[in-house]
Amino acid sequence: MGRALRQKAGKFKPGDAVRVRSDDRPGHIRTPFYIRGKTGWIERVYGEFLNPESLAFGGDGLPKRTLYLVAFNQIDVWGKSPGAKDKVLVDIYEHWLDPAA
Amino acid sequence: MGTTHDSSEIPGNHGHDHPRHELSYYAKRIYAIRDLLLEKGVLSEKDIQCQIDYQEARSPANGAKLVARAWLDPDFKARLIDDPKKACVEIGIDATSINEFVVLENTEKVRHVVVCTLCSCYPRPILGRPPDWYKSLNYRQRAVNDPRGVMREFGLTLPDDVEVRVHDSTADIRYLVLPLRPAGTEKFTEGELEKLVTRDSMIGVMDPLSAPPPI
Repeated sequence: MGRALRQKAGKFKPGDAVRVRSDDRPGHIRTPFYIRGKTGWIERVYGEFLNPESLAFGGDGLPKRTLYLVAFNQIDVWGKSPGAKDKVLVDIYEHWLDPAA
Repeated sequence: MGTTHDSSEIPGNHGHDHPRHELSYYAKRIYAIRDLLLEKGVLSEKDIQCQIDYQEARSPANGAKLVARAWLDPDFKARLIDDPKKACVEIGIDATSINEFVVLENTEKVRHVVVCTLCSCYPRPILGRPPDWYKSLNYRQRAVNDPRGVMREFGLTLPDDVEVRVHDSTADIRYLVLPLRPAGTEKFTEGELEKLVTRDSMIGVMDPLSAPPPI
């Protein structure tokens, strides 16, 4: 387990099911289109970072946002998965995540 | 534009030469910006040279050092996974410009591949500048959608029961894959091991080079 795993917890903890928001807005968005609306789970909590959506336009990046490593089964993202256990893991900020049942 | 950029034509010789062949629009623009920064005293010639030296010093050789040391020394490997930036300091690699650095360890059953689908996030202090293919739309689309197909094109065919984990590096985290040590390298020195660690094996699309068969 790496140092990042021991950082301050956010709203979600490892194992929590999350759905990525389907928002669409212009700007320096760090949530790729292909993963919006998809459901996965929290793999790691990376801790708090300045918000790049604000930094990119000369903002102060505050409030900081908790960044997570979110895991998705390939089959849930693309509807296909050559290896049954294959996954795609994406770094996503908390304000792009909702709890999923 | 059609004119050549010759330093002798520039009023007030400012101490450096410009290339004498035809320059593109962007090259001319960047030289003009550089000249302005120098004239206004924002940067010195020395600052620019130091930055060039720093950029040039960043190469996959840094990553190969980390990997070879981790292969040889299990305690170092544990420290590298626990706190990669601190492990870099230990062997003299400057990784301070990385916000957060995460090392992904490959095993017989789990393989990692790194991509940045949004742009070109890449652990530059550890691997230098990313290769053009890493930034191509083709790789950025297909690494997440068909990672096994991409790896096959690099010459790596994985059994179905291996778990492929594609990491899409979107923002503050930079990833380095710690590949498996090739078989038959038990007697290799650290320097010999470093030569087997390719850039592409640390992105995760390939295995390291294999040991040559014993004579």
